[in-house]
Amino acid sequence: MPEQLTEEQVRRVAKLARLTLTDDEVRDCAGKLSDIVEYVSKLSELHVEGVEPMAHAMDVTNVLREDTSADGMPVDDVLANAPQASPPFFKVIKVLGDASGA
Amino acid sequence: MDPTNTTLVELRDAIAQKRATATQVVRAYLDRIEKHNAHLHAFHEVYTDRALDCAKQVDDGSITGALAGVPIAIKDNLCTTWGRTTCSSRMLENFRAPYNATVVTRLEDAGAIIVGKTNLDEFAMGSSTEHSAFGATRNPWDTARVPGGSSGGSAAAVAADLCAGAFGSDTGGSIRQPAALCGVVGFKPTYGRVSRWGLVAFASSLDQIGPFGRTVEDIALLLQVIAGADPLDSTCADEPVSNYLNELSAPADNLRIGLPRQYLSDANDPAVNDAVDQAVDVYRSHGAQVVDVDLPHTEYGIPTYYIVAPAEASSNLARYDGMHYGHRAQHADDLVDLYSRSRAEGFGDEVKRRIMLGTYALSSGYYDAYYLHALKVRRLIKQDFDHAFERCDAILCPTTTGPAFAIGDKTDDPLAMYANDVYTVNGNLAGIPGVSLPAGQTTADDGTHRLPVAIQLYGPVFAEARLLQIAKLYQSVTDHHLGRPELET
Repeated sequence: MPEQLTEEQVRRVAKLARLTLTDDEVRDCAGKLSDIVEYVSKLSELHVEGVEPMAHAMDVTNVLREDTSADGMPVDDVLANAPQASPPFFKVIKVLGDASGA
Repeated sequence: MDPTNTTLVELRDAIAQKRATATQVVRAYLDRIEKHNAHLHAFHEVYTDRALDCAKQVDDGSITGALAGVPIAIKDNLCTTWGRTTCSSRMLENFRAPYNATVVTRLEDAGAIIVGKTNLDEFAMGSSTEHSAFGATRNPWDTARVPGGSSGGSAAAVAADLCAGAFGSDTGGSIRQPAALCGVVGFKPTYGRVSRWGLVAFASSLDQIGPFGRTVEDIALLLQVIAGADPLDSTCADEPVSNYLNELSAPADNLRIGLPRQYLSDANDPAVNDAVDQAVDVYRSHGAQVVDVDLPHTEYGIPTYYIVAPAEASSNLARYDGMHYGHRAQHADDLVDLYSRSRAEGFGDEVKRRIMLGTYALSSGYYDAYYLHALKVRRLIKQDFDHAFERCDAILCPTTTGPAFAIGDKTDDPLAMYANDVYTVNGNLAGIPGVSLPAGQTTADDGTHRLPVAIQLYGPVFAEARLLQIAKLYQSVTDHHLGRPELET
């Protein structure tokens, strides 16, 4: 049986998931996630040695097509939903320099 | 003929034979939406002008096809180049898709008229349509209750006759469960039967688009229009598509119906088990052999699903970083802070919870114990069905454990909400087709309203034609699908 998720673990997962959580959300999440994790741990009752993992509903592997060129999407269309743009570029905040938190 | 009180196939025929104009039909539905949507909140957006313009083109002969003039609603996680595609999320509140979903293209190529986009749980994560950033949809049978979810807007729209047919997506039951709670037919095709191009991804190995309708005939027609291989989705199977509507006339002979005891729990609402019993009688009286089948891993479906689906969701939803589209936070200290704040502001609680759960299940040290283990159990669940289908043509079971529950009942208890999908998730994990059929009504626990109950039929992969024949047999000798709610105004 897994231990209860601590608030520290929740903060670590939130960092991996790139989600800023408030202290209240961390507390709430620790409780609810612990309940869910305890519930799904029911699966550990089952012995699954030798069972092939099933990642996909169909036995498909690679699907190949002819390597032909096609037009891409017009730049205006691509930028139409951008929170900030400086055509033909997306505009983002400074990404170089101090990378704290990365 | 009242165009809002007939079936989709009859409506299609009436327009084709000039007994009604598409403009009359579309106007009748738009009027009904105008009258009832404010109360039900089935639709996010209604495309009045565009729909009437398309109707005019059907009437002047410039738009033709198998669905010419038929008003259709689509779930607001299907991309369209007009209107917004929000997924009921603040993250995509103003998102305008640069391309159409393949399903949308095929519907419009067949002459269908898309009247609007319907409400859903945010990013299709939920079983009640309450987890929508834009407010809950109400069940037309009792507006104090949920319509089910996540495709609750589409189910409610069909139940309230606000459209002739509708589309949703089903990742763990999101078409079949709301169809059951709203008293309409809902069909989840085999995984790979329908292209997912332009369906905003939730859990890619489970997601599948499918139709809602009033009758099995309506479902057959809608399915044959959207099914089939698509170069834009390599997981969409290159399997032939039948004329499902024509094949319905083939008799469902030599039928073997499987009855899984794991689905007939005493914990179900008695009305649900009664509905299954009555369906058994219907099939027996039409010569079917009813056999017991064993699906021993049924109870592991929900725990498996709540590892696999959040794991895939946490990867799929990583794309919402506030950079190229979607919500971006106003202030941030650095790039990672900007990502994290944009996501925190854009996503609702349930979406955050599933991203957290999936990230945890995939994180170093837990991957083998949770994710890999769940994938192995998924195989066992699929093998249960494989063995069962050696002995039967279809599995008969409930869609849900009971009728619609009250709004607010389960929103603060994720595990209670997840348990709604106990009879539907295994179909997604195994990739098989399933259909929910209206199977009677029960009186609500407060004694005030009649509420629909449903049965479900599962079939083997790509056996859609046979599954629909079996479903049609039930509807041809029962009248449960004719029940309609009395709408409050």
